[in-house]
Amino acid sequence: MSDFPWLLAMIAVPAVGGAAVAALPRGRDAAAKQVALAVSGLVLLLAVLATVAFDTGGERFQLTTSVSWIPAFGVDFALGVDGIALVMLLLIGVLVPVVVIASWADTGPEGRSMKAYFAWLLVLEAMMVGVFAATDVFLFYVFFEAMLVPMYFIIGSFGGPRRQFAATKFFLYSLLGGLVMLASVIGLYVVSNTELGEGTFAFDALRQLDIDPGVQKLLFLGFFVAFAIKAPLVPFHTWLPDSGAQAPIGGGVLLVGVLDKVGTFGFIRYCLPLFPDASRTFAPWILGLAVAGIIYGAILAMGQTDLKRFVTYTSIAHFGFIALGIFAFTAEGGTGAVLYMVNHGISTGILFLAVGMLISRGGSARISDYGGVAKKAPVLAGVFLVAGLASLALPGTNSFVSEFLVLLGSFPTRPVFTVVATVGIVLAALYVLLVVQRTMHGPSRGVVVDKPFPDLRRRELAVVVPLIALIIGLGVYPQPLLALIDPAVAATMTDIGSDPAGTTPATAEQGAN
Amino acid sequence: MIEAPDLSLAALTPLLFVFGAALVGVLVESFAPRHVRQPTQVALALVGTVGGFVSTLLIAGRSEVTAGGALAVDGAGLFLQATIAGLAALSILLFAERGLDPAKSAFVASAAVPAGSPRDRELLTDERVQTEVYPLATFAVGGMMLFVAANDLLVMFIALEVLSLPLYLICGLARRRRLLSQEAAVKYFLLGAFASAFFLYGLALVYGATGSIRLSEIRESVSTDGTGTLLVLGLGLLIVGLMFKASVAPFHTWTPDVYQGAPTPVTAFMAACTKVAAFGAILRLLYVAFGTADWTWRPLVYGIAIVSMVVGAVLGLTQTDVKRMLAYSSIAHAGFLLTGVIGLGGGTGSGLSATLFYLLAYGLTTIGAFAVVTLVRDGDGEATQLSQWAGLARRSPLTAGVMTFLLLALAGIPLTSGFTGKFAVFRAAIEVGAWPLAVGALVTSAIAGFFYLRLVVLMYFSAPAEDGPSVGVPGLPTTIVLAVTVAATLVLGVVPGSVLDLADRAATLVG
Repeated sequence: MSDFPWLLAMIAVPAVGGAAVAALPRGRDAAAKQVALAVSGLVLLLAVLATVAFDTGGERFQLTTSVSWIPAFGVDFALGVDGIALVMLLLIGVLVPVVVIASWADTGPEGRSMKAYFAWLLVLEAMMVGVFAATDVFLFYVFFEAMLVPMYFIIGSFGGPRRQFAATKFFLYSLLGGLVMLASVIGLYVVSNTELGEGTFAFDALRQLDIDPGVQKLLFLGFFVAFAIKAPLVPFHTWLPDSGAQAPIGGGVLLVGVLDKVGTFGFIRYCLPLFPDASRTFAPWILGLAVAGIIYGAILAMGQTDLKRFVTYTSIAHFGFIALGIFAFTAEGGTGAVLYMVNHGISTGILFLAVGMLISRGGSARISDYGGVAKKAPVLAGVFLVAGLASLALPGTNSFVSEFLVLLGSFPTRPVFTVVATVGIVLAALYVLLVVQRTMHGPSRGVVVDKPFPDLRRRELAVVVPLIALIIGLGVYPQPLLALIDPAVAATMTDIGSDPAGTTPATAEQGAN
Repeated sequence: MIEAPDLSLAALTPLLFVFGAALVGVLVESFAPRHVRQPTQVALALVGTVGGFVSTLLIAGRSEVTAGGALAVDGAGLFLQATIAGLAALSILLFAERGLDPAKSAFVASAAVPAGSPRDRELLTDERVQTEVYPLATFAVGGMMLFVAANDLLVMFIALEVLSLPLYLICGLARRRRLLSQEAAVKYFLLGAFASAFFLYGLALVYGATGSIRLSEIRESVSTDGTGTLLVLGLGLLIVGLMFKASVAPFHTWTPDVYQGAPTPVTAFMAACTKVAAFGAILRLLYVAFGTADWTWRPLVYGIAIVSMVVGAVLGLTQTDVKRMLAYSSIAHAGFLLTGVIGLGGGTGSGLSATLFYLLAYGLTTIGAFAVVTLVRDGDGEATQLSQWAGLARRSPLTAGVMTFLLLALAGIPLTSGFTGKFAVFRAAIEVGAWPLAVGALVTSAIAGFFYLRLVVLMYFSAPAEDGPSVGVPGLPTTIVLAVTVAATLVLGVVPGSVLDLADRAATLVG
């Protein structure tokens, strides 16, 4: 079973599916939805089967596929996953069908056909799988950049009133970061060319390079800027509130839930193992940004008047926690950060979806337009509360485990930063509960009175129930995910634990150096 | 008794083919009756360019100096000749399009009539076509192919004139917006004459310093006697002359006006083929004659590259006309190409093959982009105002899709040929230690990304204008061009391996 090219299939199926949806004749929106749902369901199935085929005690990268792609550049089409990438694939597998169902009744602005939306969603899924599954840095870069195109069209064609501006800002920020990273990618290749005698982009070979500390710093910064824009860390974050607020709900879920994780994934997969010395040098600065993001995101979240912008600012705070866990350089911190990436995808996903359900009823994204929703739509209010509690990391929800692990892991090495970050937990309780109180409780007012405000429909329940089940399930029993994540994080920690003088890293591939 | 120089006719077949077709074209123009001229001339021009293309492929692998040392036939030269001939064949197809303009041709029937006169207005709708554009373009192609094979500065100068004079003329042949077209021709001619003078003066100085105009002898002189002020000054002037043709900033001022005023098929031809030819000559001059003393040109080219990228990207942002925007894009791309030239690194770097690949990729994409421009029309010819493109995706999803893909390629997004090319030239630059230049190039790529994106935003996300342009149904020639360029842009982005290998193997220059 492990010989089957799972990862290739997970890229090819949605890519072909996307092309098929795009090729449907004009006006066949219903067929487009059904195909999109079937295809994304199939990808979820593949992700689950791939997880079954994955051996948690086995080699670091498994389910590998590799064919030579551009020999002149030494590029391979090489796919493979460690536990970190695998849990991200599972997250993608879960979120895309959920998004498809959640977008079922959406209508495009100015009467646009929604067919293109579902086609772009599937193309985006293929790119997202590729970006996490690539083990060749060039291939990673290709997916990293190509991923922008579908999201650009999703925001630009199907977003809110200021969608043109938001889509352009999103694209340019990411493009700028990506191009700076490209310089580092090429630089890495040139270093490998001088050290190994033959240029390569293979992650496993690059990991064992002994790069001059000065060069390391420059290369590190190239990667870091791209990932910090993507994640996003303060002060590289200004594009996210605009994009998140203007994106259609489904696009927003994937943007915040998955796309932004490419940044934090990049930190742990590329920045740390490839540039261990530089990572250590810059860690205090990055931790500073991370903690600043936690506080800044929380304070701005409290001040938001727009529900979607509110969700994006809570995410900026959460990305601070993830970065804190990664740059604490401890196994618990790293594991907690990766688990946080999954949990944040789920909890922010459901929060975004709940916001979308509110907006679809009230027709407004302003917090002040809502009040007393709990009276007219108690189930929706309950879902919103659960989503909010997961977001503030209440014990018993999934986020608690990861947030606790992050703080536990970073305290021994970075006590000061950790203590400051803990303030963020208090602030999180404040910003979530304030919004819940304002919109859900008290007397009904604003659009809740003016418009019929039906409770959740069956389709909407189908969207939120699996996510709530995951929130509770992973909150009580996170072990299966931890079993996947732990070995991969441990291997990463060994990579950076290696002697700064550049002796061979203590990994299984020692002999290759 | 004068001894005839040795001529390796086999090695010169591509040139003979193209010049032969051009000469026959002149005869046809003079003697054939009017109604057979158009099909005959199109066929002749295609035979010449396609024949030139095929014959370069047939003699691929040759490496020799012939014609008494005046011409070098080598890997890089043949690769460039094949690129020029192939791109020219595509341009000729655009010239031959009869289905788009109501008057059945993009060219004016009688160029000498004063613009705006009653006679001129009659010509607008006159279905009579004039066909001198085909032999003229074929001569220009021949000049370009000679240009990249020139092994001595005088031949290079002659080739420069052979390629330029017909171009000056055909810039002025647009059927619509005659004044703009004539202005373009005059402007191009005047500034081109200046550039030729620069080149000629540089030639004289270099001759004075080294006692030779042969590239290989200049190199020997440089390595034995070193470089004096006279030589460096001469080289600087030669570079200025060549950079002008390559539309590199700060020698670019003609580019936007000429690109805008010239008939769009001619603009496509110039943007692709002239660029290839000019860079071919730059590579040969810097590599063969001055490769061993690259400190003489590296700082200059380094600076020019930065200026060109910044000027192209920043001024491109302010444009409101599609053709002018593509002109500034061409200036920015010239800067990116120069990073590949920096990557020559005294002959050891991969800059030569990277630049060859980039030229091919850029040429194909840019012809495709201009072909799309010929499709979007209103009552007054092509609708080149950016605002007129608003909402184009609603009106014609296919056209907008093709244009978007080509623009993404120009912006250098992965899975397009633009990305592969950029990667190749930036790698070459970083390999020789010019990473600040590469980082600068990447940042300007992001800036340039903005104006490509602006057109995409307009086409997809804006509501269509009330009296917007219509999208013409392309005839067979334009359809072929679009299919070929889009397919090539995709293939060179997704599976560029074999072409990169080819460029790698072709990356030799003799002299």
